[in-house]
Amino acid sequence: MNELERVKAEDERLARERKKIARDGPKLNGAKLEARLERTWRRPAGIVGWLATVDHKEIGRRYIVTALLFLALGGVLALAMRVQLAQPDAALISPGRYNELFTMHGSTMMFLFAVPVMEGVAVFIIPLMLGTRSTAFPRLNAFSYYMYLFGGLMLWVAFLLNIGPDIGWFAYTPLSGPQFSAGKRADIWAQMITFTEVSALAAAVVLVCTILKTRAPGMTLARMPLFAWAMLVVAVMIIFSMPAVALCSSMLISDRLIGTNFYNAAEHGDALLWQHLFWFFGHPEVYIIFLPATGFVSVITETFCRRPVFAYPVVVLALISTGILAFGLWVHHMFATGLPRVGYSFYTSASMTVAIPTALQIFCWLATMWDGRPRFPVPMLYVVGFIITFVIGGLTGVIIASVPLDLQLHDTYFIVAHFHYVLIGGAVFPLLGILTYWFPKITGRMMSETLGKIGFWTMFLGFQLAFFPMHFAGLLGMPRRVYTYPAGLGLELPNMLSSIGAFVVAAAVVLFVVNGLYSLYRGAIAPPNPWGASSLEWATSSPPPPYNFEHIPVVETRTPLWDAHGELPVVTGLRVDEKEILLTTVVAAAPDLREPVPAASLWPLIAAIAVGVLFVSSIFSPWAVVFGAIPAAIATAAWFWPKELKRHPEPVIS
Amino acid sequence: MSVQHYQSIFGNASIEARQFNTLFVIFLAVCAVMYAAVIAFMLVALARRRRGGRANVMEDGRHHESDPALRTGLIGWSAVVATGLVALAIASFVADRSMASTAARERLSLTVTANQGWWDVQYIASDNSKMIRTANEIHLPVGVPVRIYLKSNDVIHSFWVPSLAGKQDLIPGRENDITIVPRKVGLYRGQCAEFCGTQHAKMALVVQVEPYSDFIKWWERQLQPAAAPATPLAKAGYDFVTSRNCGACHAIAGTPASGTVGPDLTHFASRRTIAAGSMPMGEGNLYGWIADPQSIKPGTKMPTIGLEPNELHSVVAYLETLK
Repeated sequence: MNELERVKAEDERLARERKKIARDGPKLNGAKLEARLERTWRRPAGIVGWLATVDHKEIGRRYIVTALLFLALGGVLALAMRVQLAQPDAALISPGRYNELFTMHGSTMMFLFAVPVMEGVAVFIIPLMLGTRSTAFPRLNAFSYYMYLFGGLMLWVAFLLNIGPDIGWFAYTPLSGPQFSAGKRADIWAQMITFTEVSALAAAVVLVCTILKTRAPGMTLARMPLFAWAMLVVAVMIIFSMPAVALCSSMLISDRLIGTNFYNAAEHGDALLWQHLFWFFGHPEVYIIFLPATGFVSVITETFCRRPVFAYPVVVLALISTGILAFGLWVHHMFATGLPRVGYSFYTSASMTVAIPTALQIFCWLATMWDGRPRFPVPMLYVVGFIITFVIGGLTGVIIASVPLDLQLHDTYFIVAHFHYVLIGGAVFPLLGILTYWFPKITGRMMSETLGKIGFWTMFLGFQLAFFPMHFAGLLGMPRRVYTYPAGLGLELPNMLSSIGAFVVAAAVVLFVVNGLYSLYRGAIAPPNPWGASSLEWATSSPPPPYNFEHIPVVETRTPLWDAHGELPVVTGLRVDEKEILLTTVVAAAPDLREPVPAASLWPLIAAIAVGVLFVSSIFSPWAVVFGAIPAAIATAAWFWPKELKRHPEPVIS
Repeated sequence: MSVQHYQSIFGNASIEARQFNTLFVIFLAVCAVMYAAVIAFMLVALARRRRGGRANVMEDGRHHESDPALRTGLIGWSAVVATGLVALAIASFVADRSMASTAARERLSLTVTANQGWWDVQYIASDNSKMIRTANEIHLPVGVPVRIYLKSNDVIHSFWVPSLAGKQDLIPGRENDITIVPRKVGLYRGQCAEFCGTQHAKMALVVQVEPYSDFIKWWERQLQPAAAPATPLAKAGYDFVTSRNCGACHAIAGTPASGTVGPDLTHFASRRTIAAGSMPMGEGNLYGWIADPQSIKPGTKMPTIGLEPNELHSVVAYLETLK
């Protein structure tokens, strides 16, 4: 038998094998198909199955719940600070403790709430929105969650053991260096950053690949939902910005642990190096939090104005240009450090430029309202609250982009007001809106409208009361990060108002949680598409089955559910006896390959534990990096251990 | 001067601060107009469908269409936003350069060196014997351009006297400077604006802007060494201060005390505040501070050493002579 014949025989054998494989299609659909898919995709039983799951919906839910718990913890710290600041010269909290409080508040909110909650929502909803059964790299996704969880736990356990960091969420050197921060507080902060970096990078890779390769056939880049565009930009930004903070925090750890002098001016290091590297990450970080929220706003606006967002290409280009410009602004955090004046002018202009794409997005949302027929359920109220609040934060951002103005306003309560308008008004309001909006998809029940409306108004008014007076506190000369202030400077009234407002905001958060818990058990049962929305996540039941869709939908427009007259068109032919997803081409989303999906596995968890042990113990000894690498290497080797391939990835047409 | 403007950005007490005010008003006006435009557009957009009328919505099967007027609106809006930003950027640039241009004309210079919790101040003179050193209090003659060199002995701090000028960081291993032309006589408070450790909140200073003649008188008095104690109680305090460890950190010109770790105390009692702006200068506060600095300013480098009552009386009596 010559070579050619052997190949031919092998091909025929494979073709026969393939015929035996069970696939969805005209012969296999309805209840029988559902049962087969359920058996293939459900997670293994018991506690082991719970820990081993790679289902993006479960991981997304855990991400969201964990991030909301950290939001609550960060909020409690904020309340403690507001009690202390309600009156001048108060002595309820010692200066050292207060420094821990604002460090923990900032670190928790930025690293353990804002970024992870956006990733969590995306991990849950993106595969549904794109019409696929799973994320790309589902085990990496699970690993990402566990790393995030362990980093957060380490920080908070340290805080409760009274070794929490007290150097600010920005950890400027040399204050955070070995000369001025003895003990382990600064190391805990730096290692928490390491955990978050690994987790965020893993989640970003998962999202980029999911968005580019698993979209439903026909969902070209030009038909992709705006939220997916926002997350694509954000994930790419994470990949480009995290290395900067990884570098600077590793250099800090090395200064502290093994006596290097990267930041020690006395040994020809440079204290300012930290600020450049940190803000090269830190400024994009703000947009990493804000851009997903713009995606939420687009989703809600479209559904409740009953038409797609006006000027889709403009919104997409705005997202991309914001993502690029965000990397050219970091120096505006450093206007007071004494840089050359040409640099000042450049970064003033760059910082103002970033207002343009945002202003265009705002026009597009308002134009959508203008051209549509707006309704006002709770998610839409949050969008209106977002516009009213966020635009103030955006405009104060333009003010502080100017060097002469920033030199006065920098590091005052004016800045505190500015970024809370941007981050709460610009990101948390849309988040609360979208959680209300997607609650039925996540849990299968609707949230209470009445409680939601009361909650919205409490949140909106409480927020303004808490943060608007801070502009005045800053103008009257109150710097940030002070545990108290003297009487007689005119700071008493704005601070008292802020403190009262903070408790109103806290009440609104409690209302939201109460509404969530009540609705989880008592809410109205949600139909598949309760809001009459247009995107694919509403084409399956609420909550979706483990396999998301019976058949993979086919997309012909930007608003598939609004344009499908009758049944949504589908493709068939994916295996039902093993987990398999359809990969499509990057731009045109033409069917490309059928890709096997890894089974549930404990190895991501074990790898996260091993890496976590390495990170935590390397706070105490540099040798931990050497010895800790061994279990981590074993765990990842086991995770990726080559299995006998039952078959190769197959072309779509067989 | 109203108390409210003691530390306010609108204190308007220097040429730089006045330029800031003008620029701030311009920015605020432009931003207010933009904000009003956005909110008005939103309110009209949300309200117009209440009356019914044609909408490009999915229920009417027209969701892929849009009002052509909006396209024009988008172009117009981009033009308005871009023009507004360019105008603001130019205003900002002009103000920045005009503030920088005073830097060449200084007639007085001093060095402020930050330490965790307090400010060291040295006035520079061409004649070394005319140089003076003080702490946590700066005197400036009105109308005279002054350049302040900014250094740090430990971590990063930021020098900020809002009524006089914007802030500038003091960074170890680097030297920054800031130029101010004070234009109103008065007393202004400033404080550290970069988080610098436990007592960042109580790292303040006061700036006295005064007529030139008063300023010269002050300088001359600062040049004098400390007077010898006149009363037996003050003498006992002098003995305590010079024989115990006070002199390891503090200097008092004309005595053996010559430490440089803490503030110079030669004319301590002539200053307006104690412990870098933590409290007004006064006998009661002085007693409290010397007896237990750690309860007044927890985390300060000044230790609580547990003085006997008679020691405390004498030390306070001596310090009060350091006018």
